[in-house]
Parts: sequence; structure tokens; C-alpha cells
Amino acid sequence: MAAEKMSLSKAINASLRTALESDPKVLIMGEDVGKLGGVFRVTDGLQKDFGEDRVIDTPLAESGIVGTAIGLALRGYRPVVEIQFDGFVFPAYDQIVTQLAKMHARSLGKVKLPVVIRIPYGGGIGAVEHHSESPEALFAHVAGLKVISPANASDAYWMLQQAIGSDDPVIYFEPKRRYHDKSEVDTAAIPGPLHAARVVRPGADLTLAAYGPMVKVALDAAAAAAEEGKSIEVVDLRSMSPIDFDTIQRSVERTGRLVVVHEAPVFLGTGSEIAARITERCFYHLQAPVLRVGGFHSPYPPSRLEDEYLPGLDRVLDAVDRALAY
Amino acid sequence: MTVESTAARKPRRSGAKRSTTARDAKKQPEGQTELVQLLTPEGERVEHPEYAIDPTPEELRGLYRDMVLTRRFDAEATTLQRQGELGLWASLLGQEAAQIGSGRALRDDDYVFPTYREHGVAWCRGVDPTNLLGMFRGVNHGGWDPNSNNFHLYTIVIGSQTLHATGYAMGVAKDGADAAVLAYFGDGASSQGDVAESFTFSAVYNAPVVFFCQNNQWAISEPTEKQTRVPLYQRAQGYGFPGVRVDGNDVLACLAVTKAALERARTGQGPMLIEAFTYRMGAHTTSDDPTRYRSPEERELWETKDPILRLRTLLTREGLADDAYFAELERESDALAKRVRDAVRAMPDPDDMALFEHTYADGHALVDEERAQFAEYQASFVTAEEGI
Ligand SMILES: Cc1ncc(C[n+]2csc(CCOP(=O)(O)OP(=O)(O)O)c2C)c(N)n1
Repeated sequence: MAAEKMSLSKAINASLRTALESDPKVLIMGEDVGKLGGVFRVTDGLQKDFGEDRVIDTPLAESGIVGTAIGLALRGYRPVVEIQFDGFVFPAYDQIVTQLAKMHARSLGKVKLPVVIRIPYGGGIGAVEHHSESPEALFAHVAGLKVISPANASDAYWMLQQAIGSDDPVIYFEPKRRYHDKSEVDTAAIPGPLHAARVVRPGADLTLAAYGPMVKVALDAAAAAAEEGKSIEVVDLRSMSPIDFDTIQRSVERTGRLVVVHEAPVFLGTGSEIAARITERCFYHLQAPVLRVGGFHSPYPPSRLEDEYLPGLDRVLDAVDRALAY
Repeated sequence: MTVESTAARKPRRSGAKRSTTARDAKKQPEGQTELVQLLTPEGERVEHPEYAIDPTPEELRGLYRDMVLTRRFDAEATTLQRQGELGLWASLLGQEAAQIGSGRALRDDDYVFPTYREHGVAWCRGVDPTNLLGMFRGVNHGGWDPNSNNFHLYTIVIGSQTLHATGYAMGVAKDGADAAVLAYFGDGASSQGDVAESFTFSAVYNAPVVFFCQNNQWAISEPTEKQTRVPLYQRAQGYGFPGVRVDGNDVLACLAVTKAALERARTGQGPMLIEAFTYRMGAHTTSDDPTRYRSPEERELWETKDPILRLRTLLTREGLADDAYFAELERESDALAKRVRDAVRAMPDPDDMALFEHTYADGHALVDEERAQFAEYQASFVTAEEGI
């Protein structure tokens, strides 16, 4: 039986297992990914079954992890790298931005770098500093990288398979506060295109666009709004680079209103790009300006304040009301 | 100094040396011939030709008291985490000697750059222990003024602070001051580029900085062997400054060696690396499960090297402290624990509007705008509730 209910983190584990089984060139690398199975246990059991040569505990050096992954990819391997937490990717940012993203172009297409960088991201788990950030825009801004984030277990499984299969570097952001959320995964299914957005709830009055950890919040908001007689469509973007503007456009042409929700700061974030593009594409369909709900222009706060910082149901519904009031 | 800096002058020889040291590394952790020790696990004083020290009974009792109170504070914080009062705690259990020994070697005008586990050093600097708990409770990202005790904020990103320490030391030297800087990091952090760069900068600029690596054998689940194939203290050689390995469970050795290194730095002789060979007795943090990666026997072995026990043995045997002293210290520990517990429970959550404070020193139009919008949004709930 191929379809099974599993948690998002188990789905990633299963996906990594499948990749390791089906391609001897696939490697897992990162801090504590071996015996411990990663601090979130996402790689649990993989080293035991595939050995220390395939599932590699690395020295504690992110620039080293990504830099050597680039070298391994140049040699024909397909490294899947784990960065322990969002805030610890920055020692590797130089390697990702100046090297990983650009080598394909510099080699006029001769060099391919099939490197996947998995990053548990986002807040809501009551963690200390540097453990709750959403830096996706910093990567999406860089040409040469693809940036994706699953919102449920099925996408977690399939999008990772597709990312590992891609010849481009992919930054795979894992919504860590959804790790334990369970949903159906059909490992025999034929997945849709990796970068396509998906309408996950149809509606007529307004489109809510979200990705990763915020899809659940958007769906909850749509359900709450339905009780007040408002019909909200929810689009799961799934990919932040590229962004499937066509799907958003089609939705907005139906609903006339768009609110984009993400945890990352609003200023110069993914939502800004979507607001600009959709305004260009749908100017005459829009009945309200595109609104954004997200984090503030402040460092991610201490955990006792994260509920105020993160977009919750109330802030999303507030934006929905404002958009509907135009 | 245990290691001379020959590498820069004789690269070929250093290449040859590498193979010997690689072999030495395999002998770890028993290859301890180079370990500076002044107090054995059995509580015996031993001599070391380079690091003589003659503490008074009062000083010995003081070091003991520091370690006992620090351990008690740490245990209380662990309990508070279990009770849900703290989101996380990084325990220093087992590392008291490394921290108190090095911390008590400091002069007031020296400056410390810690990681996130230096509760004992903070204690030596006079930082109120309750201040350390704010970030673990989630009410702030630091919570103390680094300049009031010359003790910088905790740094969570591994290794970053070694560069800050080096730059600060460069500033000290530029100012013509004779203070020194002490930078802490772990064996895992030694793999970070930042640490390598701090070694380079400190050597090139002859900065008065002492690097204090607490090798507690583990970086979460990864043993030191996953970070290095030569004993860590030997790395210094390649950068052109001395490195020494000290028994990190021996408070006297940690004190003596750190004092010497700080004095060296103060007198213009540049950086030095101290590797305190110690052990993390507990979990990495309260979120960690060490049973997945290490054996209980290992911890039992290290328990026989307990830093507090060995000094207690010395104090008792030499008649430097009696039962009344230990009983009084126990009462003091209880009082500290209670004070910490009460303070944490009384620690208020920050006001919502704190989100918009301190992002900039000079202010920022975008922050002002968001603050105003957020205040209006918050007020709308009050208005709705009051039915206005
Ligand atoms: C740049 C970076 N990467 C990863 C982490 C996650 N992390 C926190 S502590 C730790 C292990 C550190 O080990 P070590 O340096 O030996 O110090 P110890 O905690 O044992 O005192 C890791 C991997 C981090 N804080 N910063």
C-alpha cells in the first residue's frame, strides 16, 4: 500500500530514504545527522541503514558543509545538506550565494550543481535566538537558486524527491513547527510540477496566498471567515523561486482581492514581489490593494513575544476585513 | 609554553610533525601526557614546572564556593526548565573547574566573550545569575549590559564571538591599555571558519587575546574526533602562538594556566590557546537526548574526575574546611537556588510594544510606521471589547 498517513518530518525521512536507495550518488551531510538523527530526528535511522559514507556527520562548519557539497557535486555526487536551524545558514551564505548559485552560469551551462540545502525554518516553537527565522527572501533574491517550502507531508515527500532530482541548487525550507502534523502521503503517486502553486481551498471573495507554515493559518482563517459568510480562496505557493504567478493571477481574477501571508518580515519580502507582480498583471481585476501580513522590521523577538510577531488568525482576518472593506 | 611556534618558519618540519600528532590524536582521551594538572582526581596537589601556584586556604575555599554555587545555580535552572519556567537550558555540569578557574584568573579590566554556557564565568564576573535566565525564558536576547561587568552577551552562533574578542583585543592594544581579553568556545566551534580567522587575526596583530576552548568531548552528538584529528591545543602552533592543554576538571590548573596566558597577553606577547580537557556531564541542552549517542559508562568514568569533589577532598584532608563550613555553604546554595527560582517566576513577559524597541539606535521611519500600525491594531481589540 503506497498511501499512508505520516507526519511531515517522517515524510522527509521517507523521501531521503527513497533517494538514498535509488541513487548511490545521493549523500546526506550535516551536523548531528548520524546517530542522533538530527536535532529534529528527520534523518533518524538513515546512517544505521546506509552507513557513515552516505550519511555523513560533518564538522561544525556550515561554510565547510556547503563548500564541500559543491565539490562533491562537481565530482558527480548529489549532496543533500542539512543546516541545523535557519539562523545558522549564514556562515554558509557566502558559499551559497557567491559559488553555488553562480557556477552553472559561469561555466556556460557545463557545470551542474544538484545540491539540496534543507533548512528547518520559521518560529512558533518557543526557541531561543537564531532558531526561528524565515530568511527565504534572502535566497529567492539570488539568481541561480531555487527556493521551495512544503506545507504538508505529501509535498514534503514529493518536493524533496524532485529537488534531489533537479540539476539546480535547491533551498528546501522545512516548516519546523509543522514537523509533527500528519497527512496522507501516496509514495506511488505522480507528483505535479515542483514549482506550481496550488489552490488548496476554493473561494470567491478574496485570495489568501501563503506557503510553508502559514498555509495552515491561512486555511484556518478561511474557515473562520466562512462562518461569517465570507468565501476565501487559499493558494499554497509551494515555491518562492520561481513563483507561480499564473496560478495566483487566475485566482485573483476570480476573487478580485489578494492578501499574502508569511512569517518573514513584510519589508522587501516574498509578499512584496507578489504584490507588485499581481498589481501589474491584475490591475483592472483588483478591487483592493494587495495586502501583506508578516513579520515586522525587527529582529525575531524573544519567544515570549513571538505570538505577537507571527501572523496569527486575528492578524490575517484583520487584513481580510480591510481588503474586503474597499 | 608547551608548544613552540615553529610551523611558520619550518613548513616542511611541521608537515612531518603532523603525522606524529595524528597518531597522538588516536590515543585521545587517554593521551594526556601534555595535560597540565595541579590537583589530581584524588585531590592530591602536584607540581608543574611552568605553572606553579600557591593559593591561600581562603582562595581555595573561594574557588570551592564558586564551583558549588555555580553547580547549584545550574541545577536550579535545569529544574526550572523541567517545570516549564524556562524554554531551554544549557547546563555547565562538569565544567565548573574550567569556568571558575579561568574566570578567577581575570582582572576587573579584562574583557570576556562567552558562548551560551559560561554561567560560571558570568558568576566570576559578578553578573547576577538571574540575568542569565532571561534569554532562556524567552523574555529577551541577552538581558545585561556587557560593559558593566566586562562580560559580553552570550553568543549562540558557534564561534562568532572569537572574532569579536580578537577585534576588541586589537582595540585594547591600540589604546595602549594593559588589559587582556578572554574568548570562550567549544571543541565543536573550533571547526568554524570564524575561529580559524580569529586565530589568524590575533596572531598577525599580536592581539592580547586568550582563547579558552572547553573541550567537553561533545558537540551535541558529535565527538571531538569529528572536528579534529590533532589535539586542539596543537592547532595554535600553525598560527604562530602557543597552545596548551590543561586538565579542565582541575580548577587550580585552569586558574594557573589562564593567569599565565592573560599575563602574557597583557605584556605584549600576543595570543595563546588554552584547551581545557573536560566533560559535559549532562545533555547538550535540555532538548537533547545524549542516550542516543553516548554510553552511561563514559559519564561514570568522568564522574570519578569530578572537579568539585577533588577540591573538597583536598580541603578536608588538609583541614582547610570543616563540616560547619560545608553546612554553611549548603545553606548559602539553598538560598541562592530560592532567590533564582523566585526571580524567574516573577520575571514578567515583555510588553508587546517591545517588538519595536532597540532595533536601531537612531530610530527608523519604517519601524515608527509599523509601531503605530501595531498600536492601532492592538487598540482595536480593546475598543471591540469595550463595545465602543
Ligand atoms: C553556526 C552554528 N551552527 C550550528 C549551531 C547549533 N549548535 C548549537 S550548540 C552546537 C554544538 C556546539 O558544540 P561545542 O562547540 O563543542 O560546544 P558545547 O555546546 O559542547 O559547549 C551546535 C551544533 C549553532 N549554534 N551555530
